[in-house]
Amino acid sequence: MGSITLKNVSKVFGEAKVIPSIDLDITDGEFVVFVGPSGCGKSTLLRLIAGLEDVSGGNILIDGKDVTAAAPAERGLAMVFQSYALYPHMSVRNNIAFPLKMAKADKAVIDKKVADAARVLNLTDYLERRPSQLSGGQRQRVAIGRAIVREPSAFLFDEPLSNLDAALRGTMRLEISDLHHQLKTTMVYVTHDQVEAMTMADKIVVLNRGNIEQVGSPLDLYRNPRNLFVAGFIGSPRMNFIEGTYAQSKGARTAGIRPEHLGLSKDSGVWTGTVKVAEHLGADTFLHLDVDGIGQITARCDGEFGAQYGDRVHLTPDETKLHRFDDKGIALKA
Amino acid sequence: MATQNTKTLARLMMAPSVLLLLIWMIVPLAMTLWFSFQNYNLLNPANVSFAGLFNYQFFYTDPAFFQSIWNTLAIVVGVLLITVVGGIAIALLLDQPIFGQGIVRILVISPFFVMPPVAALIWKNMIMHPGYGVLADIAKFFGFRPIDWFAQYPLFSIVVIVAWQWLPFATLILLTALQSLDSEQKEAAEMDGANFVNRFIYLTLPHLARAITVVILIQTIFLLGVYAEILVTTNGGPGYASTNLAFLIYRTALLGYDVGGASAGGIIAVILANIVAIFLMRAVGRNLDR
Repeated sequence: MGSITLKNVSKVFGEAKVIPSIDLDITDGEFVVFVGPSGCGKSTLLRLIAGLEDVSGGNILIDGKDVTAAAPAERGLAMVFQSYALYPHMSVRNNIAFPLKMAKADKAVIDKKVADAARVLNLTDYLERRPSQLSGGQRQRVAIGRAIVREPSAFLFDEPLSNLDAALRGTMRLEISDLHHQLKTTMVYVTHDQVEAMTMADKIVVLNRGNIEQVGSPLDLYRNPRNLFVAGFIGSPRMNFIEGTYAQSKGARTAGIRPEHLGLSKDSGVWTGTVKVAEHLGADTFLHLDVDGIGQITARCDGEFGAQYGDRVHLTPDETKLHRFDDKGIALKA
Repeated sequence: MATQNTKTLARLMMAPSVLLLLIWMIVPLAMTLWFSFQNYNLLNPANVSFAGLFNYQFFYTDPAFFQSIWNTLAIVVGVLLITVVGGIAIALLLDQPIFGQGIVRILVISPFFVMPPVAALIWKNMIMHPGYGVLADIAKFFGFRPIDWFAQYPLFSIVVIVAWQWLPFATLILLTALQSLDSEQKEAAEMDGANFVNRFIYLTLPHLARAITVVILIQTIFLLGVYAEILVTTNGGPGYASTNLAFLIYRTALLGYDVGGASAGGIIAVILANIVAIFLMRAVGRNLDR
């Protein structure tokens, strides 16, 4: 069981109001990702849930029980830290066994749970090593193992993949998703990387300056961003925002069109632009264009399109996928 | 060829310092060794002759010899115990965020800046003196008879004074080590359900192992040769109760004018220091390898 409810939770550091007030429901078994730019309060929010910081106001409920004043260990949550926070002088086995040892579990129980966790995480051959003798990915798995053995009601991840290289990050992303399907335990995951958020989450919580901008499934946020911030944050490369006469002609202050919703052609189109930079990724090419009368636009096209610096190309926006925003940056309904 | 040249050049460049160090160390040691085999008394400096092992035999059969070795070790072990345990305790306190942290830290460190004879004199005359020392006043306030520390517990008194001087050093080293403890590890332990005692045993203490080793090794070097504190307080007495090896050598050389005998004592002290060093490196030195 692991439902988490935040009611009017706020956090103040001295003068700085990091989190003004947040309400959030996390249902049991969900994979929730807090995403936002650095300094948006997402890590603070996670630490409030963990109990590592005290709330300045509001209540935190876990499984309907008020844990606002409870110590971290009493909340039944497990956390995986950005730096992994493994105990450097202990072997992998003792690291994983540590929470059980603190809970005064039987030796036989400890051995069994550690062995199970090690098997799930492919760590069986490394149990006698020290953390310093492991690679980054293995350390990450040990940190997860230490969290698993406690059988927590929810896992908290604080930017767990940011210290890994790109290839490993992709692998670990899959492993964590896989783990979630196996364990079916609630997971709360903090990241600044919208790719991680999109690929792993059941539910994304987009945070900005301590406020929730939007909550929804990845595709929901992608298709229907509620405001300019979410529209710009979700999706890569980011959405093009167009102001001026084009936007006005669509009845909006700002019009937004994603790079993948622009049709490119060498012969004809609505807009015409000059290629400034062409990023060839193989399957795709990202074109950064200077479009006449519109401004800077990023477009995504097929890898075989074959545009080079200085080429003149034509673009046609897919108007059914156009996003419109009013003066306050709030999305207008179609 | 290039590396060969660099090597030769590097050796040439290092030569002066190596040579200086060698002279600095080898010459006094060689002279001590030489004198330890001579009949050489300052009362009769013209009459110097080869003595064989007589000086060693003389020093060894000195009634104070074994007591002084015991006293030397007692001072080392006693001071180490107080400074390491006390240093960890004070470092843990200083690691907490408090008002006026900077000033408190400087105050804690300040005993280290007081030179040993001065510190010992203050302890002797203002703190432990049975007539007008602070401890005597406290004892009288509670209706007890003041303790004459240097007469009744001479060795303990010296251990206390020396420990007071070295406590800041230990605290400083341990505090810096404590501050380098990863805060996420502490938080992880907290989430894992470890209370303060468990966090100390399983996280803080292992983290401090290296710093404690450094404190023990460095302090041992200096504590084997404690001298000024003994000279200004008990003068080695009563009897030989607070005479350590360094002080016994001083007695032989400058009160007995026996250079030969004192040199033999010096060589014995060097051997003892080496035994202690080997023992220490066996016991705690592996902590430095990690």
